[in-house]
Amino acid sequence: MPADPTAVAAARDALQQIALELAFADPRGTSDPAVLRELVRRLDAAVDAADPAIRESVQQALGWLSGTASDAARLSADAIARCNAWQPWMVEAVTAWERGQPLPPAPSVPHAAPPAEPSASASTETPAPRQPAVFGGGEPVQVLAAGHDPEIMRMFCEEAADLLRDIEQGVLVLETRPEDPETIATVFRAFHTFKGNAGLLKLAAPQLVAHELESLLDAARRGTLRLDRDAIDVILGGADAFSRFVAEAGAQLDGRETGRTILLPVNGIMEAVRALLARTPRPAAPPPPQAQPPVATETAPAPRVAVPEPPAPHPPAAEPTAPPAPPPAARPMPASGSVRVDTTKLDGLIDLVGELVIAQSMVVQHGGVTAGDDELLARAFAQLRGITKDLQRTTMSLRMVPIRGVFQKMSRLVRDVASRVGKDIRLVLMGEDTELDRTLIEEIGDPLVHMIRNSADHGIEPAAERVAAGKPPAGTITLQACHQGGFVVIRIADDGRGLDPAKIRATAEARGIIARSTPLEPREVLELIFAPGFSTAAAVTDLSGRGVGMDVVRRNIEKLRGKIEIESTPGRGTTFTVSIPLTLAIIEGLLVAVGDQRYVIPTLSVVETFRPEPGRVAVIHGRGELVEVRGRQVPLLRLGPYLGVPGTVADPAQGIVVVVESGSDSRCLLVDGLIGRQEVVIKSLGDMFPERAGFAGAAILGDGRVGLILDTTALVRLRQTTTPEAAA
Amino acid sequence: MHAPAPTPHGTPAEAQAGKYLTFRLSGALYGLPVLAVREIIRLLPITPVAAMPPHVRGVVNLRGKVIPLVDLRMRFGLVSTPDNDRTCIIVTQVAAPAGSRLYGVIVEGVEEVVALKADDIEPTPDFGGAVDVRFITGIATANAGLTTLIDLDTIAAADFAPAEAADGPAA
Repeated sequence: MPADPTAVAAARDALQQIALELAFADPRGTSDPAVLRELVRRLDAAVDAADPAIRESVQQALGWLSGTASDAARLSADAIARCNAWQPWMVEAVTAWERGQPLPPAPSVPHAAPPAEPSASASTETPAPRQPAVFGGGEPVQVLAAGHDPEIMRMFCEEAADLLRDIEQGVLVLETRPEDPETIATVFRAFHTFKGNAGLLKLAAPQLVAHELESLLDAARRGTLRLDRDAIDVILGGADAFSRFVAEAGAQLDGRETGRTILLPVNGIMEAVRALLARTPRPAAPPPPQAQPPVATETAPAPRVAVPEPPAPHPPAAEPTAPPAPPPAARPMPASGSVRVDTTKLDGLIDLVGELVIAQSMVVQHGGVTAGDDELLARAFAQLRGITKDLQRTTMSLRMVPIRGVFQKMSRLVRDVASRVGKDIRLVLMGEDTELDRTLIEEIGDPLVHMIRNSADHGIEPAAERVAAGKPPAGTITLQACHQGGFVVIRIADDGRGLDPAKIRATAEARGIIARSTPLEPREVLELIFAPGFSTAAAVTDLSGRGVGMDVVRRNIEKLRGKIEIESTPGRGTTFTVSIPLTLAIIEGLLVAVGDQRYVIPTLSVVETFRPEPGRVAVIHGRGELVEVRGRQVPLLRLGPYLGVPGTVADPAQGIVVVVESGSDSRCLLVDGLIGRQEVVIKSLGDMFPERAGFAGAAILGDGRVGLILDTTALVRLRQTTTPEAAA
Repeated sequence: MHAPAPTPHGTPAEAQAGKYLTFRLSGALYGLPVLAVREIIRLLPITPVAAMPPHVRGVVNLRGKVIPLVDLRMRFGLVSTPDNDRTCIIVTQVAAPAGSRLYGVIVEGVEEVVALKADDIEPTPDFGGAVDVRFITGIATANAGLTTLIDLDTIAAADFAPAEAADGPAA
């Protein structure tokens, strides 16, 4: 029975959202199932008229999600695994429903948490229908069995995380160059090492799975198996299963939910691998491209697939198409030796080198030393200074790592999102070698995921729409990193439909973010998407994904003392530019004097400084003091009284006004004078000083004293009333 | 870390026997278990931090580490004397909610390290509610005068606890 097109569209939409939600669900069980539940309900409503089997399946899924009602705020790993296995089937089922075809065979959904029978029956008989093979559920593996040394287990997890990264990066390379021998060898070795490590720890199940995957790679290495999409999906699925395993094991080592058995889909993977290996062995000669994408191919060498015809039902994710784009150059890790070092040791080293620099300059500037004109001494000092400087630079660079890892994760994300929403999206990576502080690498991931997902999901149009607009059917997202001054600039550009200022304005007005009459520059209109409350659940289809809005992205970036800017041309695409400091450990600061104290204001938030002319400061009764800055009235905060420092200037005209901004707000800070700019190493003030004190940290100044770094965001957001009214 | 753990008063004196570093505050002798002491340094330039209780003098740079500095005289409500060349900082290691922390204490001169036997230590006398005795673990009578033994962990705990009241730094 043919289905109602609107119902099918609604079901597809719901499924797409579910896929996205699942992609970002946290398997450690910290996600809120409410969103997912709501989406499944929407799906339920859409398939009201469909085959009973479909409806039943949806009800079943709803059951898994509501089953967590006992701890309603958490989405269990089991539920995620089951939904992951169920969703692709549902997609096919809806297609079958639409065409009036018989439904595909029921999905093999993993059983509930600790399966009573740890047998093959729990696993898949048909390895997951399509898409990155998701092996849910599986056989239990006890992580910390008696006799396991937690230290060794932790080392295993750490190394496994590295190996899995190698595997994932390698596989993404193989996707475009399936016969790259070096990459195949890298992935093979990674699985091999993983297998060996698991064997040492007597982790039988992971060892077995690794062995299977290793043999798959081995076949590829010997040329008897071509790594097509199916094979890559299996490898990625296996790597994902390991990732989950390692994450769970890590959590247990940290003392969370210890003793719980971890499920590893041993049989599912083994069968998938065997199925691949059982296919007719191919001769070593370069075989024609697989039947997957229905495309016209010339006699080009295998990986070079011609541009897919309009919207192929499941277009390959990142095919190198027409433009001579450099192949996503994920070079397999060069074999450079490295040492793991405890970060506290590293921080201690950085502290000491900082002190050395200060001690060195104190010695050099000491009167007793500079008095004589001993040339030998002067030369020795010059050498000492050179060495300390080099030492400092080297020490700071120890914390720097290339951004490559994060970028590779994004390739994976785009690949997943694209195949789930059925778009053809190419991700071009540039500047993956750009280095930044390790802590920043960890922090920048989430904001990037949000922005890229937005671009892939909402920015890039469906292929048909693109062709109609005269664009190539495949969308392109460019992710680029480079150094600019003391900053790392990350650009996320898509060639999609761009942002529609009129629509944004309308949404912002509807949500009460701006008044109907507020005049805004086009640029300011775009900025509105960063306003808190702009993207809420109802705006889902417009700009953001799922109510986690751009305001969160901006807040996260500002937390890293970074900035985000947006440019968009309707019809041409949108570009987000994120600038973050190279490191969280060093900032460039403006050193200011307040009474007998010195404070550091992060230069990034300083807009301008000036000495106010008499009369430029206006006192508004009950509202404190305002300073006119370029035609705007900005509230003034006298730092002296605010920080309790006595003996500061009383007349603003005697002091200096520093205009600082945070987001779209700004504030004037009155200081006694400017001392200079200085790069300072940020140190924590420690937990004795609560955040409310308005300091972002401390720095050791050139004379060895501690200088406090002002938290400009907190100062800007200070409520006006806390300013001592007319402190004069 | 702190072996003869001077737990709150009322502890059997045996548990408190051990070596103590004695120092002066407003002229009177006080003692700290030596195992809590990391080092003793000259007074360093202090950077005050706004919006903190008065006994928190600020922070100092201890070889690249920023550590908090408290003035026990203000903490105990004693009379302060101006800093002089006997004034110094005892850097101690105390227990804080997030692990052990360095905690600097300003004192008016360090005296000596004494070994106290259980017999030398008497329980905290009842001051009749006029004196805060939570930080006092006992009174030692070994040497010439009386030495008040104090428990820095308890003192520091109040400082590391989430701050109460006050919306912003006071003017």
